[in-house]
Amino acid sequence: MNRRNAVGGVMLTSSLLIAVTVVLVPFYWLVVGSTHSTAEVFDSPPPLLPGGHLLENLANLEASIGFSRVVLNSVLISTIYTVLAGLVCTMAGYGFAKYDFRGKEFLFGLLMLGLVIPSQVTLVPLFKMMLALDWLNTYQAIVLPNLALPFGIFLMRQSMSALPDELLAAGRVDGCGELRLFVRVVLPPMRPALAALGIYLFLYQWNDFVWPLIALRTRDAYTIPLAIASLQGATETDYGQILAGTAVAALPMALLFLLLQRHFVSGLLAGAVKE
Amino acid sequence: MSTVVSERATAGASAKTPRRVRRPGTKAAPYLFVLPALALFAVFKLYPIAWSFWLSLFRTDGALQSFAGTANYERLLRDPLFWTALRNTGVILVVQVPLMLAIAIGLAVAFGSALLRFRAFIRLGFFLPMVTGLVAYGVLFAVLLNPQSGLVNWFLGLAGIPAVPWLADTLWARIALGLALTWHYTGYNAVIFLSRLQALPRDHYDAAAVDGANAWKRFRHVTLPGLRPVVLLTLVMSTIGTLQLFDEPYVLTNGGPDNSTLTLGLYLYNNGFKFFDFGYASAIAYALAVIIGFLGIVQFRFLGDKS
Repeated sequence: MNRRNAVGGVMLTSSLLIAVTVVLVPFYWLVVGSTHSTAEVFDSPPPLLPGGHLLENLANLEASIGFSRVVLNSVLISTIYTVLAGLVCTMAGYGFAKYDFRGKEFLFGLLMLGLVIPSQVTLVPLFKMMLALDWLNTYQAIVLPNLALPFGIFLMRQSMSALPDELLAAGRVDGCGELRLFVRVVLPPMRPALAALGIYLFLYQWNDFVWPLIALRTRDAYTIPLAIASLQGATETDYGQILAGTAVAALPMALLFLLLQRHFVSGLLAGAVKE
Repeated sequence: MSTVVSERATAGASAKTPRRVRRPGTKAAPYLFVLPALALFAVFKLYPIAWSFWLSLFRTDGALQSFAGTANYERLLRDPLFWTALRNTGVILVVQVPLMLAIAIGLAVAFGSALLRFRAFIRLGFFLPMVTGLVAYGVLFAVLLNPQSGLVNWFLGLAGIPAVPWLADTLWARIALGLALTWHYTGYNAVIFLSRLQALPRDHYDAAAVDGANAWKRFRHVTLPGLRPVVLLTLVMSTIGTLQLFDEPYVLTNGGPDNSTLTLGLYLYNNGFKFFDFGYASAIAYALAVIIGFLGIVQFRFLGDKS
């Protein structure tokens, strides 16, 4: 029995190690590809080790689309979005988890409708709205429409409902106003859930493509995904540049995730699995 | 219940401190907390949803708009490209999604096995693709799958397999899209399944083991039924995601070759923002919403009755 288990363990582990290697190859090759010129990227056999063209690729990116401006846009938009959406979702999640009020079920159901209604339904009207407000190519056009993110609200309601009511009651007895109660009593123990929400929101905004593609029409307003996609459309596609840009888009997020993954996974699961 | 009691306690307490300015009490507080979310949702979601329906009733001719009643919807029914997009999306739904969820269940069981070594590393490795943006991995896959000189075909060549016309052939373009989707989402689903598995009571497995059930029987009669609610959740989420699919085909294949990877999301985008036919794009959006609603109800009917 033990012998069989040992053999089974080795087989299971080695097959999964092979599978995970296959899954991780694209990441490795992204690093390799971003350090080669386009000609080298498509060499036969393809390069398997890093080359010496990374700086050149980044310089080309800067020359062709003003990449530093694009990165700055992405960082600012994602940061502003994370802070504001985090606040909106946390407040709403708290309101729905810890209070009883008229219309609560209906209003929450309405918000959750946003989870199942395809976002494409709103694209055309949102575009017209931004056009009328003269907000195309602005940060607010990207940040505002998704602040009340249904999944974020759902996640926070789930996490907040685990907070003991006695804690709130104690705060109120001590004469805490509702707002101060929220800031001083509710938020501190919610730190892991807030971290998970924050990473989720940042990733969501950092990677978002369709809506920025529609609302950002000029290059100086582009975010990283838009810049990458626009390079791909060019006639002489410079894959060295594209891969360097893709590495800048993907690798910091992968690193962020690796550093904070414990919070992220447990926080997301708290939202996904509890009934 | 306890909230009601504490509300009274607060009301009583604040009444006894006269120097305090009257602040909105617990009656108003919950509304103030949910107000920003509701207001933003109403302005940027509900209003556009309604507006979209209104738009779908108009014919767009350049800058001119004329009321067209159901003409856009009738056009939709006769539009061969719409049916192509619907069929492509449907194929992903019945082939890629079940395959991905099956792999995810297998992975979750493996993650949970006491025999597995390097568990944390392996789990993390499978989860990492989820972090990668759709455009980034679309570009990456386009390069890796390049038919002439991509890494994948080079590897296949080492094994003596002739070059595969990824992205250039109708069938292989679909397979490439499916592979990219599977790479991206399987680990995420596996982690959701795993957390459910870990919450299943141990004694069911022990009882099955005492009854002499082998590994397959334990999986079939204990694990799978236990996973049921999470299978429903992931199935519904994957269905919604698939029907809205846009970024991957846009970046990988732009719907080609020969419209073989044209999805509903891509077709909608093309009509709205390439041809600026807002009325028709809105009609497609509503058709999409109806299909999602319908499939959601069907899935809950068939899988959700037991929760």
